[in-house]
Amino acid sequence: MTFALSPERERKLQEILGRYPTKMAATLPLLHLCQEQEGHVSDRVIAYVSERLDVSAAHVKGVVTFYTLYNQHPVGKHQVWVCRTLPCALRGAYDVIGHCEKRLGIKCGETTADGKVTLRTAECLASCGTGPMMQVDREYHENLTRERVDQILGKLLENPKVG
Amino acid sequence: MLKRTDYLTRTYGKPEGWKLAAYERDLGGYQVARRVLTTMTREQTVDEAKKANLRGRGGAGFPMGVKWSFMPKTVGAKPHYLVVNADEGEPGTHKDRTLMERNPHACVEGCIIACYGIGAHVAYIYVRDELHLSKARLEGAIQEARAQGYLGKTPFGKDFAVEVYVHSGAGAYICGEETAMLNSIEGRRGEPRMKPPFPAVAGVFGCPTTVNNLESIAAAPTAFGMGCEAFSKLSSLHHLNDGGVRLYGVNGHVKKPCVVELAVGPTLNELIFEIAGGVQGDRKVLCAIPGGSSTPVLRPEETVSAPDPKSPLHPYDGKSVFDVPLGVDTMRGVGTMLGTCCVTVIAEGTDPVACLHNLMHFYRHESCGQCTPCREGSAWLERVVGKIIEGHGSMADVDSLHDVANGIMGNTICAFGEGTAMPALALIQKFRKELEAYVRGERSLATSKLTVEPWR
Ligand SMILES: Cc1cc2nc3c(=O)[nH]c(=O)nc-3n(C[C@H](O)[C@H](O)[C@H](O)COP(=O)(O)O)c2cc1C
Ligand code: SF4
Ligand code: FES
Repeated sequence: MTFALSPERERKLQEILGRYPTKMAATLPLLHLCQEQEGHVSDRVIAYVSERLDVSAAHVKGVVTFYTLYNQHPVGKHQVWVCRTLPCALRGAYDVIGHCEKRLGIKCGETTADGKVTLRTAECLASCGTGPMMQVDREYHENLTRERVDQILGKLLENPKVG
Repeated sequence: MLKRTDYLTRTYGKPEGWKLAAYERDLGGYQVARRVLTTMTREQTVDEAKKANLRGRGGAGFPMGVKWSFMPKTVGAKPHYLVVNADEGEPGTHKDRTLMERNPHACVEGCIIACYGIGAHVAYIYVRDELHLSKARLEGAIQEARAQGYLGKTPFGKDFAVEVYVHSGAGAYICGEETAMLNSIEGRRGEPRMKPPFPAVAGVFGCPTTVNNLESIAAAPTAFGMGCEAFSKLSSLHHLNDGGVRLYGVNGHVKKPCVVELAVGPTLNELIFEIAGGVQGDRKVLCAIPGGSSTPVLRPEETVSAPDPKSPLHPYDGKSVFDVPLGVDTMRGVGTMLGTCCVTVIAEGTDPVACLHNLMHFYRHESCGQCTPCREGSAWLERVVGKIIEGHGSMADVDSLHDVANGIMGNTICAFGEGTAMPALALIQKFRKELEAYVRGERSLATSKLTVEPWR
């Protein structure tokens, strides 16, 4: 089956194309739109982006593999990223990571068996003054305490809509 | 000297402080851009900007007005572009995000002034993808400004079109490097380019481009509003051509981590003890990273040696480096870099070797891989420090850290290489005893700690 953007995302793409003098410049934004819809960048998405923007599939693949936020494989419904870089580590990031692993029963880089949560570490997310912190889908959670982490993960596991 | 100001931060914490109404009420609401576009020429704008002595807030500290003056004087066949660097990826840096979230209109007004100064009709604000709230606030501000006619074909009735677009990154620290950023905007892998050509000659889409940090741009309305010379004089380092006010961050082992606005020139001790409430548990400071993880660490025992009365550091001769005003040239003078003015404080009791290991993991992970010394060197550094921490290191390994880090310096396409090697060298030299203690078995992973207070 070939891939197509939803009508709303198609409108967004048209607007984005108007911002740049080349079509290639829409590679990153279009990949974001596709991933939003698909959850990850599949081979059919790569073919689609290549066709829409008149760039080679090799170019698209090269971009996808360069940036950490494009998922090359299917991932869980929710993305949990715990910052591990020094300023957060000074305030307990390693404990947060350990706690998440225990609570979710998985290691960093893995997805829970029910497919709900993928847990990963992140490099500095520009919240060093409010660390330790983690990003859940599009939202930042800062100044994390054990209790807060439990609440956040609890919500993710019980209610797929929360996050 | 500590002097609090609120030119950039007046809207912070106010209800809907990010909206145009708040910007109009508290910060003049685009009157500065209006005046610049309707009463000044492009040349006057650049000359005025130079008087601000606004040293780039992205880390390298290059004067913004001078950078603007590198753009071609007349716009030829190739359009000019402004690229605003809001990648904020440097570990320990958490200031640009506050501007985008809490005072986005200053960012947009700054873009209008800068575009006019460099002859550009389009500005791309490159925001790292993770900062969804920042992007939404910027988009909101752009929409409001466009609705008022401040952006578009004829801002303030002036025949000088300006459009501002937000461009998302996709997770890559290296895209904060300006030429990597240009490639990323063009839709490519974010690999840094060889310089020359510099962006002012051939930047994004092969066209003349100015790249400025987001805070540099957001400070333009303040500087032009009060007159750029007056702005410069707010700084206690005005005499060193390091002007204005800027955002300072404090993070790590302090009681009250924060972002504050101050006149340029506070000391590390002032930031740590007067702004951030001192060190957790009232411990002593082991060391501090002055401006993002790529800036070499300083220890409070280090003193300034500047017997020459002509040296800008002479007034601090014999004092602790923690009592020297933070400025581009003063920090260079004490063997580090000012960087982003976000300080990471590390308390006594912390394992500096574990700090080194944590940071080398970061650099290994983020190297773009184009240059062998950087790709292999950063991997080597992480691996060997790891080996030492695990108790399998030798003295030869400790020496090899030096050699490998030195081998990166000067042998790479972009400054990421130095940004890895310099902090590594500083930590290795200043904490050699601790590294050797691991080799001798006097320290071990079991007792290594990064926190001084338990995580609650
Ligand atoms: C590896 C690397 C990462 C960088 N990351 C950033 C960044 O996140 N934000 C930023 O403003 N500048 C960053 N810079 C500096 C930019 O290359 C550039 O000097 C800066 O955006 C210029 O703006 P300014 O002159 O206003 O400071 C980085 C540089 C290097 C070498
Ligand atoms: S120094 Fe490192 S990050 Fe910079 S271009 Fe070379 S490999 Fe890439
Ligand atoms: S170190 Fe975690 S947000 Fe910067």
